[in-house]
Amino acid sequence: MKNKAEVVIIGGGVIGCSIAYHLAANGMKDVVVLEKEYLASGATGRCGAGVRQQWGTEMNCRLSSGSARDFENMNEELEYEGDIEFIQGGYLLVAYTEHQVEQFRKNVALQNSLGIKSKFLTPLEAQEIVPHLNIDPLLAATFHDKDGHANPFHVTQAYANAARRLGVQINTYTTVLGIKREGDKVTGVITDRGEISAPIVVNAAGGYADVVAKMAGVNVPTYSERHQILVTEPVEAMQGPMVMSFHHNTYCQQTPHGSFLMGLGENVEPSHEIRGSWQFLKEMSDKITEMLPPLRHLRIVRQWAGLYHMSPDKTPILGGTEELQGFQMAVGFSGHGFMIAPMTGRLMAANILGLDHKDKDILATLNIERFAKGELFVEPSVV
Amino acid sequence: MSNKEYDNTIICRCEDITRGELHRWIDQGVTNLEELKRLSRATMGPCQGRTCRQLILQEIAARTGVPISEAIIPSYRQPLRGVTLGAIADMKLDEEEKPHEK
Repeated sequence: MKNKAEVVIIGGGVIGCSIAYHLAANGMKDVVVLEKEYLASGATGRCGAGVRQQWGTEMNCRLSSGSARDFENMNEELEYEGDIEFIQGGYLLVAYTEHQVEQFRKNVALQNSLGIKSKFLTPLEAQEIVPHLNIDPLLAATFHDKDGHANPFHVTQAYANAARRLGVQINTYTTVLGIKREGDKVTGVITDRGEISAPIVVNAAGGYADVVAKMAGVNVPTYSERHQILVTEPVEAMQGPMVMSFHHNTYCQQTPHGSFLMGLGENVEPSHEIRGSWQFLKEMSDKITEMLPPLRHLRIVRQWAGLYHMSPDKTPILGGTEELQGFQMAVGFSGHGFMIAPMTGRLMAANILGLDHKDKDILATLNIERFAKGELFVEPSVV
Repeated sequence: MSNKEYDNTIICRCEDITRGELHRWIDQGVTNLEELKRLSRATMGPCQGRTCRQLILQEIAARTGVPISEAIIPSYRQPLRGVTLGAIADMKLDEEEKPHEK
C-alpha cells in the first residue's frame, strides 16, 4: 500500500469508485481507495438497484437524469468486460391518497420542465403497463419509461476496474482508524495497514460516513437507518417496470435474472444495525400480496438489510467544508446513492480538480453549509 | 475427463455456473466467495448454496493455494427454506406479535 497520495477516498462502494474513476479519467491518477471489506460490501451491494428520474426536487431530477445517461453508455465508456445489466423498463409510481395525487402532479410538472418525459396516468392506464397491479384502491399513477435498474456489484466493479487501469490503487480489507489533521487542514489517513499522507481526503463511507466525519472532527447532520429487502426465486419475465408506492412504503422490481426484488421502509431508530427481522418478512408479504396479488405464489429465497444514510432533507451533501480544508464529502444519500453515483463522481472530481462542469452549481447548492443557512431541499418522494 | 468437460462441469446447478466460469473470475482476482457469489451469482439460487458452497470453496482453495480453513465464508440468510409470499401473508399473528404499524 502506498504511504503517500494526492487523494485518498474512504469507501469502496459505488460512490467512492465512481469518484476515483472520474479523478483518474481527468488526469489525477495518484489516488488511493480504502475499503474495509470487499467492493460494494456496504450500502451499495445491499440496495434495491433502482435507477429513477421521477424525483420531487430539481437537484435530484438533474443528478438522476444525468446519471441515467451515463448508465446507458457505461459498458462502453468503462470498457467493462462484463455487463452492468442496465434495463430501462420504467418506474410506475402509484398514488392512493389525494395528497399523493397532488404531489405527483407537481412532480410530473417539475420533471417535464427538466426534460424528463414522465406521464400522469389513470389507474386503468397503469394496469395496461403492469397487468397484475391491483387497482382497486388506486387513484392515479405516474410512469417514466427511461427509468429502470442496474446491477450494483457490476457497476461498482466496472468503475473500479477502469480506475485501476488508469493507475488508481484500490485497497480492500483495509480499515480506516483515524484521520490526521494539522490545524484546519487534513494531512492523511491512519489505517490498520499503515498511514497514508494526503492533502485531500474524500469521505465516501456510505452508511458509516458519520463515523468517518467524526474521526476528522467534522460535524455532519446525518445518521444511518436499517432498510430491508427480500428476493424470490426466478420466474419468466412478467413485470417490466419497478412498481413503487409511497403509501405502502414499498418498491418491487423483477430483475433481468427473473427473480423479484422488493423492499420496505420501516419506522426504525437510527443505528448501524443490519441484521434482518421476521417482522419485515411479514409486513413485506402482507403489502406486496395486496398490491401485486399473483406474486403470492413466489417463493422467498433470501432476505437481507442495509443502511440508508439519511440527511435532514433526504438530499445528499456534496463537496468540501469550511471546518477542515482538503476534506471532501459525498455523504447522506438517503437511500438513492446508487442511481446518482455517475453524476456524483463527475461533479466531485470536477470540484476536487477545479475543473469546469455545466452542472457545477449542484455542488454549490448541495454543500454542507446549506444547513447553517437553512436552505434545505426537502425530497418528498423517498421510500 | 477432457479439458472441455472439466471446464463445462456445472458447479452451481441453480444458476448454471460452470467450473470454467468460476476459474475465470478467480483468475481476475475475485478470490473469495463473498465477492465471487455477487459477481457470478453462484450460490444465490433457490438452494442458497446448500449444494455448491463447499464445492466452490474447494475450487477457490485449489486455484489460489489458500486453504479452506482461511476462507471468508458469507452469511447464511433467512428464511432457512424457500417459502411463498402468500404463505407468510396468510399467517395470522397474535396481537402482541404484530409488527408495529407505520
